[in-house]
Amino acid sequence: MNAKAASEIQVSFKLQLESFLLDAAFSAPAVGVTALFGPSGSGKTTLLRCIAGLERATGTLHVDGDTWQDETIFEPVHKRPLGYVFQEASLFSHLSVRANLEYGLKRIPLSERKVPLEQVVEWLGLGRLIERGDPARLSGGERQRVAIGRALLTSPHILLMDEPLSALDTNSKQEILPYLERLHRDLEIPVLYVSHAMDEVARLADHLVLLDQGRVMASGALGETLARLDLPTAHFDDAGAVIEAAVAQHDETYHLTRLDFSGGSLWVGQVQQPFGSKVRARVLARDVSIATQQPHGSSITNILHARIAEIRDEGPDKVIVRLAVGESHVLLSRITRRSRDLLKLSAGMEVFAQVKSVALMA
Amino acid sequence: MTVFDPDDLQAVWLTLKLAGVVTLLLLFIATPLAWWLAHSRKWYKGAVAALVALPLVLPPTVLGFYLLLLMGPHGIVGELTAALHIGALPFTFTGLVIGSVLFSMPFAVQPIQNAFEAMGKRPLEVAATLRAGRWDRFFSVAVPLARPGFFTAIILAFAHTVGEFGVVLMLGGNIPGETRVLSVAIYNHVEAMEYGAAQWLAGGMVLFSFIVLLGLYLTGGKSWKVTR
Repeated sequence: MNAKAASEIQVSFKLQLESFLLDAAFSAPAVGVTALFGPSGSGKTTLLRCIAGLERATGTLHVDGDTWQDETIFEPVHKRPLGYVFQEASLFSHLSVRANLEYGLKRIPLSERKVPLEQVVEWLGLGRLIERGDPARLSGGERQRVAIGRALLTSPHILLMDEPLSALDTNSKQEILPYLERLHRDLEIPVLYVSHAMDEVARLADHLVLLDQGRVMASGALGETLARLDLPTAHFDDAGAVIEAAVAQHDETYHLTRLDFSGGSLWVGQVQQPFGSKVRARVLARDVSIATQQPHGSSITNILHARIAEIRDEGPDKVIVRLAVGESHVLLSRITRRSRDLLKLSAGMEVFAQVKSVALMA
Repeated sequence: MTVFDPDDLQAVWLTLKLAGVVTLLLLFIATPLAWWLAHSRKWYKGAVAALVALPLVLPPTVLGFYLLLLMGPHGIVGELTAALHIGALPFTFTGLVIGSVLFSMPFAVQPIQNAFEAMGKRPLEVAATLRAGRWDRFFSVAVPLARPGFFTAIILAFAHTVGEFGVVLMLGGNIPGETRVLSVAIYNHVEAMEYGAAQWLAGGMVLFSFIVLLGLYLTGGKSWKVTR
C-alpha cells in the first residue's frame, strides 16, 4: 500500500468551468478500485473527463509511471491507453453488438492486445448478447455490459467508469453488480469509479477519494476513510464500516456462516463461498449499539469486544461513536446523546458492540 | 408518333448531368461546412449560417443576377477567369454548375448539419476513448450515424437542381447542349404553343422524380442500416 512512484495514479487538475472551479489533486494505488465519491455537482465526472483528456484542464497526470499530461505534454484522448464507461452505454447504433465490442480492439496493435475477446465474453456473459446482433435489442443492463466489455477489449492501463449504474433501474443494477464485483476480483488493471451511491462504493471500492465543490476533501483506504468522523460520509444516514473477513464455519442446522476477522467473528446468513474465501461485510452505524457489560439474554448474536476511539455529536439528539475492534478494524455506532450520558461513554473505554445486522457485499 | 425530339432528349440528358455533378460537388463542399457549423463556437458562425441559407429566401433571379455580374467580363470572378485563360463562365455548363451549387447549398448543408448536431458529441467521445483518431472518428462514426441526413441532402440537392429555372435563365440562357436544361426546354415549348411536347417533358419529369424518390425511400429505410 505504501509502494509509491511507478505503481500509482497521480492526478492534479485545475479547470475553470462556467459555474465552478475544479481544483483537485489526489493519488491512488494502481491496483484495485478507487471510488471518486461526492454529491452531484462536486466535479467527479468532470475530474474523470479530465483524466481521460475529454476536458482540457491544466495540471499533471501520471498513470503507472507514464506521463499523460503535464506543462508540455497533452496526450489526446485516443492516445491514452484507457477504457471509459459512460453513464449511458452509448453503444454505436450503426454497428452490431460484435462490431461494437471489436471497435476498440481493432484499433490497438496486436502486440498490445492482452485481453482476449473470449475472456471478456466469458467475464461479462456476452455470448447470447452477441447473437442478438442489433444493440437496440438489448436491455439497459445488457447494453452497459457490452459497453464495459468494449472498453476492456482495448487492454487499457486504467478503466474509468462514470456512474455506470446510475442510468439503470434497480433490477438492472442488481443484474450488473455481480459482474462488476467479478471484475473487481479478477481484473488486474486499476479502476476509477465515479459514484454518488454509498452502497456501490462500499461494495466495489478499495480506495476512496472524497470530492466536494471541485476539491478533494479526503483520500485513503476505504475502511479507514469511511470511519473518519471528521468527514461527511460518517454522518450519512447509511454511514457504516466495511470489514473484510474470511469464511470460517458453516452452521447447517441454522443456515448461518461464521466470518472471522482480526477483531473477532460475525455470524451471518449462510453464504455459498467456500472456507477461507474473503468476503466484504458492511455494518451500518445505526445497526450497532453499545453495552458497557457483556449482555446476557440478548437475541443479538454478534457481540464484539471494542474500545471507544472517538465520539462526535451529530445533531441535537445523536452522537456517532468510532469503535476500534481488534488491531486494525473499526465499527461506527450511532446512539442517542442520552445513552452516551447514561452510560458515561468516553474515549478509551472498553465496551461491547452489539451488531444487529450485517450486509454481505460479495 | 415521335415523343421526344433529339433536342428534348439532349435537354433531359443535360439536366441529369447537371444535377449529378452538382450533387456530387455539394457532398464534398457541404459536409465539411455542415461539420463546422455543427461544432464551431466562433462568433461569426451565425453569419456563415445565414449566408448559406440565403438562397432559401432570395428569388433565384436575384442570385442569378449577381452571379452574372460577378462572373461577367467586368466582375471579380470574371476578371480572374480571364486572367487564368479559362474564359467567361456565364452561358457555359461550368457557370451553370457554380450557380446551381450555390443555389442548392442550403438543401445539402442543413440536413447534414442537423444530423451532426442530433448525434451530439457523445459517440465521438466514445470513439476517441476507443483509440479512434480524428479522421477515423469522422468516417467510422460521424458519417454512418449521419446517414439519414446525407440521404436527405442528396435527394433534396438533386431534386432542387433538376427543378431549377430562375438561376439558369439568368446565368445560362438557352444554349442547346450547353445550358438548355429541362425546365428551360419546357418553357420554350410553352412559349411556342407546343403544349404536347411540353406535356411529355413535364409529365416525364414528374414520373421520373417520383420513381427516383420512391426507389430511394423504399431501399433507403433498410439498407442504410449496416449490420457489419
